[in-house]
Amino acid sequence: MAPSTSSALTLNINGEKHTLTVDHRTTLLDALRERLDLTGTKKGCDQGQCGACTVLMDGRRAVSCLQLAVAAEGREITTIEGVADGDRLHPVQQAFLDLDGLQCGYCTPGQICSALGVIQEHAAGWPSAATTDVRPEAGVPELTAEEIRERMSGNLCRCGAYVSIVQAVAEAARAEEESA
Amino acid sequence: MRDFGYQRAHDVPGAVALLGADPDARYLGGGTNLVDLMKTGVERPALLVDVRELPLDGIESTDDGGLRVGATVTNSDLAAHPEVRRRYPALAEAVLAGASGQLRNMATVGGNLLQRTRCGYFTDLSKPCNKRTPGSGCSAVEGEHHNHAILGATAHCVAIHPSDMGVALTAFDAVVTYETVDGPGQSPLAEFYLPVGETPHLETALPPGALITGVTLPPAPVAARSRYRKVRERASYAFAIGSIAGALDVRDGVVREVRVAFGAVASRPWRAREAERVLTGGPATAEAFAAAADAELAAAEPLADNAYKVTLTRNLVVALLTELTEEAAR
Repeated sequence: MAPSTSSALTLNINGEKHTLTVDHRTTLLDALRERLDLTGTKKGCDQGQCGACTVLMDGRRAVSCLQLAVAAEGREITTIEGVADGDRLHPVQQAFLDLDGLQCGYCTPGQICSALGVIQEHAAGWPSAATTDVRPEAGVPELTAEEIRERMSGNLCRCGAYVSIVQAVAEAARAEEESA
Repeated sequence: MRDFGYQRAHDVPGAVALLGADPDARYLGGGTNLVDLMKTGVERPALLVDVRELPLDGIESTDDGGLRVGATVTNSDLAAHPEVRRRYPALAEAVLAGASGQLRNMATVGGNLLQRTRCGYFTDLSKPCNKRTPGSGCSAVEGEHHNHAILGATAHCVAIHPSDMGVALTAFDAVVTYETVDGPGQSPLAEFYLPVGETPHLETALPPGALITGVTLPPAPVAARSRYRKVRERASYAFAIGSIAGALDVRDGVVREVRVAFGAVASRPWRAREAERVLTGGPATAEAFAAAADAELAAAEPLADNAYKVTLTRNLVVALLTELTEEAAR
């Protein structure tokens, strides 16, 4: 007997449970946008190359276009809609606004979710390809503009707002460190 | 995309049994390559067996001083692990040189080894490709091949393996372990990828239905001084046009032990054993490094538009080994 090609499942998104039946071919991105009206997450390339669809899964950034919805059951998913605290913007969102880290804004939800991941990864001591010495004895690299550019390289911005994006991520990381 | 069944595996024997029952089934790890290929129709599985939740996500020291890395460890966790960074820094650097932060969070070690080539003809269903459709021909030999193989290729296929991680693993003599319905098995990474020959669609020595369970790194004190260097067409987030993993133990100006592997030059990560042989016991000088690179690259057979890779790879050998020699002197 051929296996069933759809499943009923529950997705945990921004702290809320959503139950739906999906064709197994459905990506998390399409489930969010087409089924759950969470259209903040954007579809760019749909091939994992542009980062517009970035969300957080169990706190880690991931591209939702290459994530099958059925395989996301049981994970805690955070989309751009779940980043702010009610009407109070998250410091990363505020920094993007204050420093003009966008032009058209299409890539911005992905940039912000990615930046949240970058700040957490750096706080956890992860090195990057821009890190001169990855050995643990070398300590945690400073989050320089070069480090931010490398760590954010999975998020493209066709308007070319990169200069302000780097400043916004640096400012948000600095604010987070101060409040910690 | 062809529609497909989906099963989440909870233990290794269960996963292997599920896949073994269906020749059209595939294991799903992070999905960063498989889902993409399913969208384009290159991969058309009837069933996905999701192995992400299998208890294969640990990194442990082995009794002899090596490391054992589970197959579902993500690229991110591998690169961030203190013992990887301390004992095999080139492996951490190689992983960090690949893909983006998002993809490294999703991608797994087992999947990385089994990722497919990024040859544009392989992913273009309208073009002949012996790897995708055996016997249909190779479009790249006479086509767009500036980032194709210079070593070990045949007229049947000139595609390269895209992994950065695999280059460092090859330099450090990693061994792939796997499970089948008939029991476990293992394969040194040096023998894991099959020669291209006339069968480029047959890529690995894995038995049908086998599940990679992990990678074992033998102890390698030389790896403590190791680096990975990658050349690509933009500063970040691109596949290599040339790369090298190198490790060097040099004392009093003499090479005691050296490891060299190349990326983006062949259908598999390329261990430069001839270069290692020429260097061992000799002087650690730029001239010796260049001579060793030349010895390794004497076998290169570049295509019309990728001869630059011979020079590029030679330069990488000299630059990386010089850097490691200078580090040792500090």
